Amino acid sequence: MKYILAVLVDNRPGVLTHVAGLISRRAFNIESIAAGYTEEPDVTRINVVVSVDDEIELEQVVNQLNKLIDVIKIVNLTRIDSIQRELVMIKVKANPATRSDIINVVEIFRAKIVDVNRETMVIELTGEQSKIDALCEVLADYEIIEIARTGAIALSRGPIPAKNI
Amino acid sequence: MKINGAQAVIESLKNEDVDVVFGYPGGAVLTLYDALYKSEFPHILTKHEQGAVHAADGYARVTGKVGVCIATSGPGGTNLITGIATANMDSIPLVCITGQVGTPLIGKDSFQEADMCGITTPITKHNYLVKKVADLPRVLKEAFYIARTGRPGPVVIDIAKDVFAAELEYRYPDTVNLKGYSGNFTGENQEIDAVLEVIQDAKKPLIFVGGGVVLSDTAECLQKIIAKTGIPVISSLMGLGAVPATYEANLGMVGMHGTYAANIATMECDALIGIGVRFDDRVTGIVEQFAPLAKIIQFDIDAAEINKNVRVDYKVVGDLRWSMPEVTEKLTKITTDLKAQYQAWREYVIAMNKETPLSYNKEATCIMPQQVIEVVSKLTDDDAIVVTDVGQHQMWTAQFYQFLKSRSFVTSGGLGTMGYGLPAALGAKFAKPEKTVVLFSGDGSIMMNCQELATAADYGINVKVIVMNNHVLGMVSQWQRMFYGKRYSQSKLNGKTDYVKLAEAMGVHGLRVTEPEKLEEVLKQALAIDGPVLVDVLLPEVEDVLPMVPSGGRLDQMVLGANQE
Repeated sequence: MKYILAVLVDNRPGVLTHVAGLISRRAFNIESIAAGYTEEPDVTRINVVVSVDDEIELEQVVNQLNKLIDVIKIVNLTRIDSIQRELVMIKVKANPATRSDIINVVEIFRAKIVDVNRETMVIELTGEQSKIDALCEVLADYEIIEIARTGAIALSRGPIPAKNI
Repeated sequence: MKINGAQAVIESLKNEDVDVVFGYPGGAVLTLYDALYKSEFPHILTKHEQGAVHAADGYARVTGKVGVCIATSGPGGTNLITGIATANMDSIPLVCITGQVGTPLIGKDSFQEADMCGITTPITKHNYLVKKVADLPRVLKEAFYIARTGRPGPVVIDIAKDVFAAELEYRYPDTVNLKGYSGNFTGENQEIDAVLEVIQDAKKPLIFVGGGVVLSDTAECLQKIIAKTGIPVISSLMGLGAVPATYEANLGMVGMHGTYAANIATMECDALIGIGVRFDDRVTGIVEQFAPLAKIIQFDIDAAEINKNVRVDYKVVGDLRWSMPEVTEKLTKITTDLKAQYQAWREYVIAMNKETPLSYNKEATCIMPQQVIEVVSKLTDDDAIVVTDVGQHQMWTAQFYQFLKSRSFVTSGGLGTMGYGLPAALGAKFAKPEKTVVLFSGDGSIMMNCQELATAADYGINVKVIVMNNHVLGMVSQWQRMFYGKRYSQSKLNGKTDYVKLAEAMGVHGLRVTEPEKLEEVLKQALAIDGPVLVDVLLPEVEDVLPMVPSGGRLDQMVLGANQE
């Protein structure tokens, strides 16, 4: 089972070492991790997608992370109504013969072409993980050169921010 | 007032009521040592940084205060690692101050540079790298607060060399302001109510005491609960002393080398009440078959301890200083005669403990290790602070010393650090000079930090070091005997070291005893000498710590000892 957690941390030096160190020490299975600034300058939001066998294992992850002094709050956004997004950029081989096919695929997925040259294209897509996986699968037919993904981030629906949940 | 960073550290130590630091100077902490010199702050110079951190740990364990040690950058800091990990596993409050290379040199592989924060992240409660002098007072305040409150633990403060020299306007903060940590661990009352219902329904309850009771100084309160209910007690290694060994229904230590009665009672009880325990693998044996008939209850300050190893049925998350008085209070309102309700069970386990006590061959013609512990226990009126190293002698101490009080047993439980004992004993004695401090060590363990004998001599720290000398790495050879076809790979020491001469060379009084008839006399002599003494006690090579639950076995599948069958 995969869960997405919003981990609000004090924006201090060493905080990423502490979070990464804990994950490695406790042998937790992390699918992705994405960190960035928030509306409060001294708070960083780390979005963690964790893969666990059951709820008890999830509870362990949350409780262990909560013990870190820099961790202010953890919200399990899978449990509440929330929006999840990930950004991907895919560099794919595109010659004059395949270019229009790829453009078709891009349109179907409502993706964007952000770079084109004689041999390749870079396609950008924002969406849920499953949609990104599907696009990657289709583009594999045209030979993908490289992929950069951000890892998932999530936000709850409605007016209440994670820090107040 | 304007002072430099080094002076700010010293002032902060004073503000935290630190009365001694253990340490070792070096390049990156020269300015700090200069401030120490000028302020005449009490400092114990060990012979190795590992000695300093274990000494601070021993000091912390017997006082409950935060132990402080200092080391320089690079190798100074890395020599602390084993000690920090030891403290972390046993939840011991430490503040470890290390020097770091100057800020412009950080990250350049400079001379004596090591990334202390990176290295210590998995083995500390928290750590800091201080690059700005203005941060020092806040960081020190927070470090002591974090180390001491909640579930205690070690905190590392790595301070860049130039920070010690830089000046600041010093003001020690009155409060800490940490967004992610309050230090207040009061739990929810309904969790206690649920547990009390289980206890009232139980016929065969068992209290399982752990190190948390010792750390939170709630032994007295727990004893009230026991007196009121008459519930039998078992203990983890770290919990020994919280309930006096003399209490009739105290069945002693549970687990791999637990007593017969403690292990069987665990398998048969219908409610197991864990208090400040973390269900270590040395306690549970095979987790799936641990206390199979019991509703398992866990009182702990650390939510992450719940369901970590053993899945529990009921939890009370919160400081024992909150939950234990609440339980005591609520028990007074219960009208059922719980003592009568548990009477049959209580009598049954007491009888079992009497029928199958810990035992050893008392007719031997050589000194038996268990006998050494028993004699010291008697000679010290069970009132010494007892320190151990790690191995067979540690388990025999746990089994045969009659612990009566919290904080009287100092041992590396979680990490199992050989070489811990001697420096920890020095720290303990320094903290409690009025107490007799006895270290039980082995001929393996003592060599891992024997340089600290010189520290004992130099400062005249009156510790009694008993080397249980069996010429082998006892616990290793026991496992090789039982599980590796008696192939004694690298466990026979066959050493040429004369421990008496070793002690004497470092300025410590040395004694040796080889015959059982002389044992008591020599130990008496050792205890009577005013100053540090090492006693080399010659023991048989082959003697197993029993009972023993083989690793991964069930608690009732014990290999029993002499006369226990």
